[in-house]
Amino acid sequence: MNGIHDLGGRHGFGKINIDPGQPIFHAEWEERMFGMFILAFAGGFFNVDKFRHSIEQMDPVHYLTSGYYEHWLHALEHFAEEHGVITKAELEARMAELAKEAA
Amino acid sequence: MHDIHEEGRYTTDIALRVKAMESLLVEKNLLDAKAVDKIVDLYQNKIGPRNGARVVAKAWVDADYRARLLEDGTAAIAELGYTGVQGEEMVVVANTEAVHNVTVCTLCSCYPWPTLGLPPNWYKEAPYRSRVVIDPRGVLAEFGVTLPDKTQVRVWDSNAELRYMVLPMRPAGTEGMGEEDLIALITRDSMIGTGFPNSPTA
Repeated sequence: MNGIHDLGGRHGFGKINIDPGQPIFHAEWEERMFGMFILAFAGGFFNVDKFRHSIEQMDPVHYLTSGYYEHWLHALEHFAEEHGVITKAELEARMAELAKEAA
Repeated sequence: MHDIHEEGRYTTDIALRVKAMESLLVEKNLLDAKAVDKIVDLYQNKIGPRNGARVVAKAWVDADYRARLLEDGTAAIAELGYTGVQGEEMVVVANTEAVHNVTVCTLCSCYPWPTLGLPPNWYKEAPYRSRVVIDPRGVLAEFGVTLPDKTQVRVWDSNAELRYMVLPMRPAGTEGMGEEDLIALITRDSMIGTGFPNSPTA
């Protein structure tokens, strides 16, 4: 699939951000996302090819403007819905609840 | 979130969204939050490029191991106990005076986790992925790596099944050094191909 993810040979993305001091995870949500992903993968929720395919279906603008682990969240949401485990509506309702608790 | 979520863009509330996902998975007994903690600790603190450095150092001091490593990377790396997710199919490519190897995943972020840990951010981002395949010398220059004109640069594009690791050249002045001392010289970037091992005098 010649999608937006297929970056090899494209021009115009600018300089490489080489910072040897970069942490592996930039925020706690990245850590949680990583751990959830690994467990879902190990549990057979999806395989690497399916995972990549789901990322490749992302909206191209979203793909390029979002962070790496956000791509993973997109994939996890996709499979949670596909497996009938969590719907988008459920997720948004839980977000609203958590936001209320935090307020 | 809000309206733009309809178009599949929800960057603003990302932390909350991840939290909601975890909370639902736990509630449905599909996920153990403590297991998430363990996985994060494992990849943050235990699995990293020091594993790959052990492989490289052994290849530098043991010619038979080096031969096995280049013949069947997966098996030779497994001899040292490094196996598992994202390292199922390993190919090790050796740098020489004639050829310098660089690895990338233009499509995403495939990287040999058991030997190198999780990739640096630049490896996962668009500038490196897009450009290293068409302007490898320019990219290497950004990393401070310059090669003689006569040295050929080979770029290896990883995929979901197959991962590459570079076997850098052993630095001059390390003759007689043991594996442990050599390991300290081997950098992560030297095993990606965007750097060299440190020199013993540095």
